[in-house]
Amino acid sequence: MTETPATGPDPEPASTASAAAGPAETGQVEAGQVELGEPGKPAGSRARLTGTVIIQAITQGSSAVITILAIFLALVVGAILIAFSDPVVTKAWSTFFSYPVYALSQTWDSVSFAYSQMFEGAILNPSTVSAAFHGGSIAAIFYPLSSTCAQATPLILTGLSVAIAFRAGLFNIGAAGQWVGGAIVATWLGFGVSLPPVIHVIVCLIGAFVGGAVIGWFVGLLKARTGAHEVIVTIMLNYVMYDLLSYLLSHPTMLQEPHQTNEIAPFIDNDANLAHVGGPPPQVGIGFLIAVAAAAAVAWLLVRTTTGFQFRTVGASPSAARTAGINVERSWILVMLLAGGLAGLSAATVIQGTNTQLTFNSYGTYGPDGITVALLGRAKPIGVVLAGLLFGALHVGGTYVEAATLGQVPADIVQVLEGLIVLFVAAPALIRAVFRLRSTAGTGLDAVAKGWNG
Amino acid sequence: MTTVATAVRAPLTTERRRHLAAATFIAIGLINIGVFGALAHAGDASFELSLASASVKIPVIRVPAAPVCYALGAVALGLGVLRATVPLRRLAKRLAIAGVLVCFLVSLLCWADAGAIPLNVIIISQGTFTESIPLILGALAGCLCERSGVINIAIEGQLLFGAFTAAIVASAFGGLWVGLVAGSLAGGLVGVLLAVFAISFLTDQIVLGVVLNVLVLGMTDYLYDRLMSTNPNYNTGITFGSIKIPVLSQIPIIGPIFFDSTIFLYITYVAIIVIQVALFYSRWGLRVRAVGEHPTAADTVGINVLWIRYRNVILGGLVAGIGGAYLTIGSVGSFIPDISSGFGYIALAALIFGRWTPLGALAAALLFGFCEEMALVLPTVNPVLPAPIMNMAPYVATIIAVAGLVGKVRPPKADGQPYVKA
Repeated sequence: MTETPATGPDPEPASTASAAAGPAETGQVEAGQVELGEPGKPAGSRARLTGTVIIQAITQGSSAVITILAIFLALVVGAILIAFSDPVVTKAWSTFFSYPVYALSQTWDSVSFAYSQMFEGAILNPSTVSAAFHGGSIAAIFYPLSSTCAQATPLILTGLSVAIAFRAGLFNIGAAGQWVGGAIVATWLGFGVSLPPVIHVIVCLIGAFVGGAVIGWFVGLLKARTGAHEVIVTIMLNYVMYDLLSYLLSHPTMLQEPHQTNEIAPFIDNDANLAHVGGPPPQVGIGFLIAVAAAAAVAWLLVRTTTGFQFRTVGASPSAARTAGINVERSWILVMLLAGGLAGLSAATVIQGTNTQLTFNSYGTYGPDGITVALLGRAKPIGVVLAGLLFGALHVGGTYVEAATLGQVPADIVQVLEGLIVLFVAAPALIRAVFRLRSTAGTGLDAVAKGWNG
Repeated sequence: MTTVATAVRAPLTTERRRHLAAATFIAIGLINIGVFGALAHAGDASFELSLASASVKIPVIRVPAAPVCYALGAVALGLGVLRATVPLRRLAKRLAIAGVLVCFLVSLLCWADAGAIPLNVIIISQGTFTESIPLILGALAGCLCERSGVINIAIEGQLLFGAFTAAIVASAFGGLWVGLVAGSLAGGLVGVLLAVFAISFLTDQIVLGVVLNVLVLGMTDYLYDRLMSTNPNYNTGITFGSIKIPVLSQIPIIGPIFFDSTIFLYITYVAIIVIQVALFYSRWGLRVRAVGEHPTAADTVGINVLWIRYRNVILGGLVAGIGGAYLTIGSVGSFIPDISSGFGYIALAALIFGRWTPLGALAAALLFGFCEEMALVLPTVNPVLPAPIMNMAPYVATIIAVAGLVGKVRPPKADGQPYVKA
């Protein structure tokens, strides 16, 4: 890659989009796009060029290739972990020198069973396909995919929350706390207020956005006014919000379901539930569509608006942005407000979509997962959607494989895989070293957090 | 918005800092008076200074709660005015912060205990150390890393992996010392990962730290489900007993607080002293700090920058691993998933609050440990205080500390910047 804006595989001159991206995009290459040489070559050589481009992309390691190799490498390390925590496999390896083939076949069986179960649970189960040919339900084929979309929805939204903050040079570890803020407001509006059907849904969504946005805004405000590092403040606010949630859920006068001893809130009204598109049971929730729409909105904001340009400039260099007359503090506050709002929306899709009841454990790992999703998606909206879908699939597959192996392979394996994938994506130099790729600049993470020195 | 004045304005001036600190002082003073003083029950707050088993008994101290709160509030207000009007020296500034914090904490205790059963200061102090040990060791680990120029967000992961490994090794081999060493090595292993990725593969260090934490959390959850929950022999919950230092542990007040604890407290003493002296009074420390401040200059005079960074990051991991081992074999015994539950992040805040020095980090870690101990103790003496709200105390204290009191923190200049030889 060179220091010119990317032109994509199409040998036409640069489109208006990359021109509108402005100076901050210069020197960066969009995920999946490859530098081609000078634009405006004759269209006749297109096919040959595409081939060259693909080969170049593979040998030099474009962002997409690095990501795919990172996923592959993570699956390999995960396989080792699966194999060597399986008692059958470890026993087989203890007799490796007498029966080497047996040890290897046991290892292969253990690993391939776990991964194929994961695939069947999350993407496609061949048995449902053959059943459909023999008069079974066609809809059942799409059941795994619809679960994946449902799982991906909150991850995409918290991923966007982290990603948009990254673009302005802030590391939002606080998506979890902002999620809780959104969940509290959505739940309260969900059961405490009576409104007509469609309006109730919208009010809850807006409420969740505001609930998260307030938390994010506070972080931005502290950063802008006092210089408090957002990493510390967001981490601490996460714990504050967990404790606040615990307090609210243990007092019936607050959010607790009456006559309950557990930390659990009442069900929200049916009016406030997000509807599903398509018939039961494989269906896509409105929540998923909201997440995709939010990704599109963030993409539009970042690429097409002055505010987005300011965010990216501040992210590239706060001091340069300040010299150029951009109000850096205002950008910090605004981007954290939006990040908080997106995390709050994530809570709304869970509370109004899949759970319909807030408990102390509702917040799960949406916040930390948002960080990994944003990093894997390279802090770009389209990347975040794809990464969210991948991690959604991993989550569904993890639960499925735990059930299929009767707990032999715990669903936590997914968390390990996620961590490994992002670790490898964040270190393209390692991937290049392992796969012997030629070294080029510019395919590392565009999303970098600022150190303590700001 | 886009005027020249905005463009050239520095984000935080000394002036602004001074006002911010003074405002925080005054706010704390007002809380002492308006909240603790005004809302305290009638009656005295009483404090015991000896354990029930002590041979020398010290009489219980009784003070009228509300007047003490008012008086301490007035002191805090006075310090606030002083801070706003008089330019203070560095030492005086820090003493003022310490004074205001002490006023706040004593008022809190008086308010909570007014008219209730006596609070035992010894037990609270012991508890404060109990809560602080992982924070202190974690912050020291961060200090070793960051002084050499590598940001360590992975303290949490180092504590967690240390805790897991110490529990499983101590249980499997039936040896506590083996567990302690294994826990330390496990923290060191996370340190190795941090070093390799940060120093050799130039990965963004904040991102890397968070990812390592996610990875260790997933890994320990997985191994817990796979090994420990199915086989209790791997998680027997054995712990170190307490060691009384002869003679010293007999001193009233000081003895039971400082010299009657598990081996971990004594390791912590040694670690604090060794790291403070080594960093600031030895050639070794001068080199480490040079690498953290200006690696190019250090390289020019022949210091091996990458080697020093590798060594310090791994050393830090070993120290944090001991802190992790404390969480299992030093206190509760059994490992449970996510047992470190944010200690690593609070240790990080303590490091920043303590301005990247071992002694500063110690003070901050003790403050956070005290807040956590209060969250445990106060709901038992004063049921008005809901436990979840008290649990927020250390985190809120951290936010106030980072936002209001710290002043302009100056991290090691090259902290977080990978060094590539030109």
